[in-house]
Amino acid sequence: MKLKYTLVALGMVAFGASSAVASTLDDVKAHGMLKCGISTGVPGFAFTDENGNWQGFDPAICQAVAAAVLGDSSKVEYTPTTGKTRFTTLASGEIDMLARNTTWTFSRDVDLKFTFAGVNYYDGQGFLVPSSLGVSSAKDLNGSSVCIQTGTTTELNLAEYFRLNNVSYEPVPIETNEEARANYMAGRCDVYTTDASGLAASRSTFENPSEHVILPEIISKEPLGPLVRHGDDQWADIVRWVLNVLIIADEKGVTGAQAQEVAAGPDPELDRILGTEGAYGAMLGLDRDWAVRALNANGNYGEIFAKYIGEETLVGLARGLNAQWTQGGILYAPPFR
Amino acid sequence: MANTSKAYVATGLSKALPPPLNTTGVIGWIRQNLFRTWFDGALTLFALYLIVVILMPSIDWIVVTASFEGMSRAECRAVGKGACWAFIGERLDQFVYGFYPLEERWRVNLAGLLLLITLVPLVFDKVPGRMYLFGYGLLYPAIAYFLLTGGFVLPEVDTQLFGGIMLTILVGITGITFSLPLGILLALARRSDMIFISVMAVAFIEFIRGVPLITLLFVASSMLNYFFPPGTSFDLLVRVLIMVTLFSAGYIAETVRGGLQAIPNGQQEAADALGLGYWQSVSLIILPQALKIAIPGIVNIFIGLFKDTTLVSIIGLLDPIGIGRAALSDIKWAGLSTEVYLFVALFFFVCCFAMSRYSMYLERKLHTGYKR
Amino acid sequence: MISLWRSRQARSVLFQVLAMAGLVGLVTFFGIQVVANLKVMGLSFSFAFLDFPAGYDINQTLITYDSTNTHLRALFVGLLNTALVAFFGIIVATVVGFLIGVMRLSKNFLISRIAVVYIELIRNIPVLLHILLIYGLVVNVLPHPKQALDIGFDSFLTNRGLFMPKPIFEDGASLMFYGLLLGLGLAWGFTYYAKRVQAETGKIYPVFAICTSVILLLPVLGYFLAGQPITMEISVFKTFNFHGGIVVRPEFLALWLALSMYTAAFIAEIVRGGILAVSYGQTEAAHALGIRPNRTLQLVVIPQALRVIIPPLTSQYLNLTKNSSLAIAIGYMDLVSTIGGITLNQTGRAMECMLILLSIYLMFSLLISLFMNWYNNHIKLIER
Repeated sequence: MKLKYTLVALGMVAFGASSAVASTLDDVKAHGMLKCGISTGVPGFAFTDENGNWQGFDPAICQAVAAAVLGDSSKVEYTPTTGKTRFTTLASGEIDMLARNTTWTFSRDVDLKFTFAGVNYYDGQGFLVPSSLGVSSAKDLNGSSVCIQTGTTTELNLAEYFRLNNVSYEPVPIETNEEARANYMAGRCDVYTTDASGLAASRSTFENPSEHVILPEIISKEPLGPLVRHGDDQWADIVRWVLNVLIIADEKGVTGAQAQEVAAGPDPELDRILGTEGAYGAMLGLDRDWAVRALNANGNYGEIFAKYIGEETLVGLARGLNAQWTQGGILYAPPFR
Repeated sequence: MANTSKAYVATGLSKALPPPLNTTGVIGWIRQNLFRTWFDGALTLFALYLIVVILMPSIDWIVVTASFEGMSRAECRAVGKGACWAFIGERLDQFVYGFYPLEERWRVNLAGLLLLITLVPLVFDKVPGRMYLFGYGLLYPAIAYFLLTGGFVLPEVDTQLFGGIMLTILVGITGITFSLPLGILLALARRSDMIFISVMAVAFIEFIRGVPLITLLFVASSMLNYFFPPGTSFDLLVRVLIMVTLFSAGYIAETVRGGLQAIPNGQQEAADALGLGYWQSVSLIILPQALKIAIPGIVNIFIGLFKDTTLVSIIGLLDPIGIGRAALSDIKWAGLSTEVYLFVALFFFVCCFAMSRYSMYLERKLHTGYKR
Repeated sequence: MISLWRSRQARSVLFQVLAMAGLVGLVTFFGIQVVANLKVMGLSFSFAFLDFPAGYDINQTLITYDSTNTHLRALFVGLLNTALVAFFGIIVATVVGFLIGVMRLSKNFLISRIAVVYIELIRNIPVLLHILLIYGLVVNVLPHPKQALDIGFDSFLTNRGLFMPKPIFEDGASLMFYGLLLGLGLAWGFTYYAKRVQAETGKIYPVFAICTSVILLLPVLGYFLAGQPITMEISVFKTFNFHGGIVVRPEFLALWLALSMYTAAFIAEIVRGGILAVSYGQTEAAHALGIRPNRTLQLVVIPQALRVIIPPLTSQYLNLTKNSSLAIAIGYMDLVSTIGGITLNQTGRAMECMLILLSIYLMFSLLISLFMNWYNNHIKLIER
């Protein structure tokens, strides 16, 4: 008898739980915190300060989403993920979104069942070499040792590119960015390859950055962006439009600090975004001021860029492709109406 | 008889001479212990050479030319060519507490202090109220859980923020506390007459002992969620603790089984003859004797487990190695990995060395039988 | 009812049925959850990905492999790399472990202290730290290939690894192989013969010396008869790296050294315990019989000590093999780094990859422990 009850109970647990999957937005609100996956550390993109708080270009997206949804940009629980753990962590529901320089690819979108909420950084894979080697093109790298971070698209791109160009090489696979950089500095490999932004970030940490050059070849397209699980479109929309709002504000030159003042200004698109016209927040399941808060968190896209990875910082990246479409870049957010 | 005193006959005992100079004192010791034969001498000289070649540059790098001040790697390098310990100094808090909130760290300290109290009855036999202290030891996990994660009056602290030495100790202590009873049960099950139960125990133990811990941790980090209802996600730290507990339970089961096997059958028969039931004979007769034999082995397993906690850094938890890596991605300090690893190694050496001494002391203390 | 409860047999059956039901229940529960989870995530459980091109390159391959080969082949490459480091690790760990264990018992104060310091220092520090530290040292302290350290025999030590000449076997090299086979056969036959002679007449031949020279001499003879069919391919430095020859990569070097040093510390303690376990009376008795000290060690002490040493020794071998999975920390492409690392990352098939990984390790361990149980029974003291 006892046994039968146990089995029935087990069955009920199994059945009951599998039929009810709450929406991510409700989960986040109920939990009071946004669970956000980030990388274990890339200079400028994600790092911990002296007080152990996560900061950087990627955490800034999490903070903006938390501000929009929960009203407080500090209500984020960060989960550092490696190349290996990031997808299972997201798929299993351990985190609500992943903001970790992740390339938007077909198989990740379709086969692994994720939804990319947009692109927050247009990147491409490049090569970093010591200038003393006198190499001017990636095709001259025949016989070299190449440091790669594993679990990324870079190692597939690399294998493909070198195979097509008949370049033989010794891959030196490394789990984390920090170790890859350490190995490159120690001379374990001649070349360090990863996204060009990562290369610039790494080069900025060297004692003599000028002794290293980034080769002209960019061998891949690497659109990096935040992603969420398939199947919860409302949540995907929230993340997507928080990102878009940051980009549009940058396009219109509205800084985070000005968001409050411009809210009743003459620009109708800004009015719609900032909640003084229409009820666009409610359509997302949020309140009226969501976008104002998102912008207040760390400022608009340009401000975030400048604060963590821009030319004024040690990382020193130019906007390049990531400039607005009006200024020669390809950053182009859909209209907000 | 005439008193014929001849000059060549000694009148008394001659005075004892001191032993030859080369068998006593420092010289004698050196002769006896370092240069007994020519081969011995050669070995000694070679060993001395090795010590000079290896030790001198190491000491030079670690202490003599090291710098203990500076706010960045560059400043460190400006002071000395050797190790840069200023980095460890600046991040010492993180190495100890991980990212535990600054204002809540007293809770970690308190939990650590309370842990020390639980250890008192284990180390000293003659403490007044030893039984009460043991009872308190049983309550400790609950107290520590409450202190560290919070709830009720204390603000909650997310386990993502746990890290550093605190995490190492947490994983180690939790693992051993929960795996001990589990391991004993498994050992008993393995020796049980009930075939199905013993087969299950054997299968479990062999599985655990057959795979590396790192694969089990990968299972915890990437696969365990598949086994629970969709949408339920439980903490990575909890999953790791479960895996670590199961892992060491497998090993403890084998050690305890060794102890059980050493108990002569007569003991069980005598218990049966007295009319004791299974649990009575096990808990009163068999286990006390078996555990006495197994305890040094259990302490050794604990040392192994403590060292194995470093593996959690591979799956992204921030134990001292993980903290070190996260800190190294700070632009100011990049490239100081040797210092980090040496510092962590020192910590483990001190802990494990102390524990292995304790294990040897236990072995001597518990060895109440005849000595050869 | 109560009498049934009192019966030990009935209770035993009841418990077993309950346990079985519990197990079945648990398995069913997990099974249902796995299916439900896969459905929610829209994934399927299939090993088909093993047939897809892996797409990534591996630096150390014992069988030919490139990025267009399948994931399955990458798995085998990793498996062989695991076996390679375990094999060499076990050899070095055994040699060093026995050496340190004997040193520990030495009457020379300095030597025995060094052994103690070695054992305590090495075994009280986690093996992962050993691996990371040694790898850091190899990469940071050894020179760049441009300033390679020439260590003689056309070998070069650099922070890209150790480069050694590689023998190329040309036509006729098979003669050497046959020579080796013949040598082994002769040695085996002679050992057998010498044993019989000793049993009958008590005459002792220098078996070891004769066997070694036969095994060594015959292939050398073959080498010259066939007209020296071996040439050495020497590593040469070109723009970036050394090319040609045998290369021992830093990842392998660090893992190998760390694992064998770490395991050696444990083996040393086992060896010491084993030798001490042989009662001193045995040695005294042997001396009383007029057996010389060397022969005493060889015929009386070591055989008895081995009986104590072998079982824990095998578990150390197993530990070494399992610890080789830490290769992933420094990027040595072993089983875990291939199937459980890059393949898992690139395909996202966590469940399938982990199942493969676990079963391979399990099979490995079971095979070794089966063999060791057999061996243990083989050398067990036969009690009469």
